[in-house]
Amino acid sequence: MCTRLTANRIDTDFNEIAQYLIAKADWVRKETIKIHLLAPETRLASSLSCVEILTVLFYGQIIVRDHKEDYFIPSKAHGTISLYPILADLGYISFQELKKVCNNGSLLGAIPDPNIPWYRTLNGSLGQGLGLGCGIAYGLKAKNDTRKIFVLIGDGELNEGSMWEAIMFAGHHELSNLIVILDKNKTSMLDRCQNILHLDPIEDKFKVFNWLTRVVNGHNVMELYYSLKDFRSVKTSKPKILIANTIKGKGIPLLENDPQSHIRTITTKELNNIMG
Amino acid sequence: MKKHLKTMRDAFIERLSSLMELDDTIMFLTADLGAPSLDVLRAKFPKKFLNVGIAEQNLVNLASGLALEGYKVFAYGIASFLVMRAYEQIRNNVSMLSQFHDLNINLMGLGAGLSYNIGGPTHQSLEDIVLMMTLPNIMTFSPSDSNIVRSLVDYCLDIPKPKYFRLDGHPLPNIYSTVDRNDISRGFKELVTGEDICLVSTGFMTHVALEVSKALGDSGIKAGVLDIYLLKPFNEDGVGKILKRYNIVITLEEAFINKGGLDCTLLRLIYRLNPRIRFLNLGYHDNYLFEIGTRDFLHKKMGLAVDDLISVIQQLYRSQQ
Repeated sequence: MCTRLTANRIDTDFNEIAQYLIAKADWVRKETIKIHLLAPETRLASSLSCVEILTVLFYGQIIVRDHKEDYFIPSKAHGTISLYPILADLGYISFQELKKVCNNGSLLGAIPDPNIPWYRTLNGSLGQGLGLGCGIAYGLKAKNDTRKIFVLIGDGELNEGSMWEAIMFAGHHELSNLIVILDKNKTSMLDRCQNILHLDPIEDKFKVFNWLTRVVNGHNVMELYYSLKDFRSVKTSKPKILIANTIKGKGIPLLENDPQSHIRTITTKELNNIMG
Repeated sequence: MKKHLKTMRDAFIERLSSLMELDDTIMFLTADLGAPSLDVLRAKFPKKFLNVGIAEQNLVNLASGLALEGYKVFAYGIASFLVMRAYEQIRNNVSMLSQFHDLNINLMGLGAGLSYNIGGPTHQSLEDIVLMMTLPNIMTFSPSDSNIVRSLVDYCLDIPKPKYFRLDGHPLPNIYSTVDRNDISRGFKELVTGEDICLVSTGFMTHVALEVSKALGDSGIKAGVLDIYLLKPFNEDGVGKILKRYNIVITLEEAFINKGGLDCTLLRLIYRLNPRIRFLNLGYHDNYLFEIGTRDFLHKKMGLAVDDLISVIQQLYRSQQ
């Protein structure tokens, strides 16, 4: 089903990396849809917008997973069901778990908790993951620990005041070990974000708070890959945010075109055409 | 005389400051709330002192992040804002998260009860006891003097769990001379042994209870005083053994009553021990007080001044004879 990545393999040429990551992303997307069909309580559309982001983070060797591992905080946690197949593929959980999501007594639920590897924090409630990430980042810097903190946030959660408390803090305290990825799928629960609280231009807002910013196509694995690699190595005193323009429900037109895709459940029948 | 008394805040910060010389994993966070003693601490440990700004939600989230990295964190703010502005952060990232990780997070809420007497009800904290006792996994301390507070600092460094400290804002006379670890773990002390009535109090109201007990003694009523400084986990067995000796139990707290705080904890215990014990809970009813004045003035308004308490208790005592 999936080939394991070896350390050397990623350092080959562009095409090989691209093919590898694209294949992984396709697989993750399909597995995520399978999970949703078995567990319709899971949030599918927001889990699909970040498939490429999670794929690049975990398969592109962006996040250090061995020895002294980095932190990963999925602040938009219920929109990261797509991390479940990745965790199974990388050996953190059993593949059997993917078939039991939301079942009685199962490890994996609709909103992941710290019983699951890589979910060290509780993130069901939006607007909190970044503040925790700032605390960890400040603590690591204070002990000259070079580990990085990756935080995945959504644009809907930027409505929360606690996000801006954390954004100001990170900029002021120059938390350069903090790397935030914004899954900018432009859609909240009830509507497109621009119809709720219009926050664009988001990039400018981070810039004025002393953040290093970059905007990419969040479904282009190589744009994500090179930007995140740069973010890891670039010499700067600023915290970093990668604004990944994405499509909520990516891969399922029914969801892509629905401003209320967040709360939409897809049936097997509706998916027949897509899954092939 | 009162000028020379130390506030709980200063006792806490001074003791912490001396321990920070020995332990570099201590981190002090404040939501822009200061103190002269804090000026000393921040000058001495600029890298371990962090003013996060007027941002209590982030204060708690940062504290959780730092605690995940192994720091012993002290998060300091005005009690009502720390507890209520950041309540969900405390619930998720302190209470819940501590079921997965050791988190030595010490939430220091300044301004217990009516400490901010002229600040009005937005700054007063009558809800914090109930709110903090509601959350699992958090030890809730409500000390009555600076000597308990001083010992608490040493104690809490070794306990890798979340804790909440309800610190009074006014300098209060010392009740205790020495407080050791066993005293803290026990969570209460019988300050006066009585016969008829037991006054069970916490924080500032323990000082009131001592005055009331003395005055009642002059009128021939022997009222004991039990100071509860660890509200949760509550030492049911220890307190129960003492309460068994009494016929009347009266709780005194600068907090809302009938909502699950000290009074309800005692009522539950009494019901289990001996439902025939006469019980009276004194504190703040379901209403806010928009009055300006000293703490004594506010107590008088609420019928909780020493004289009011004496007459209420005398009446109750006589009705039981």
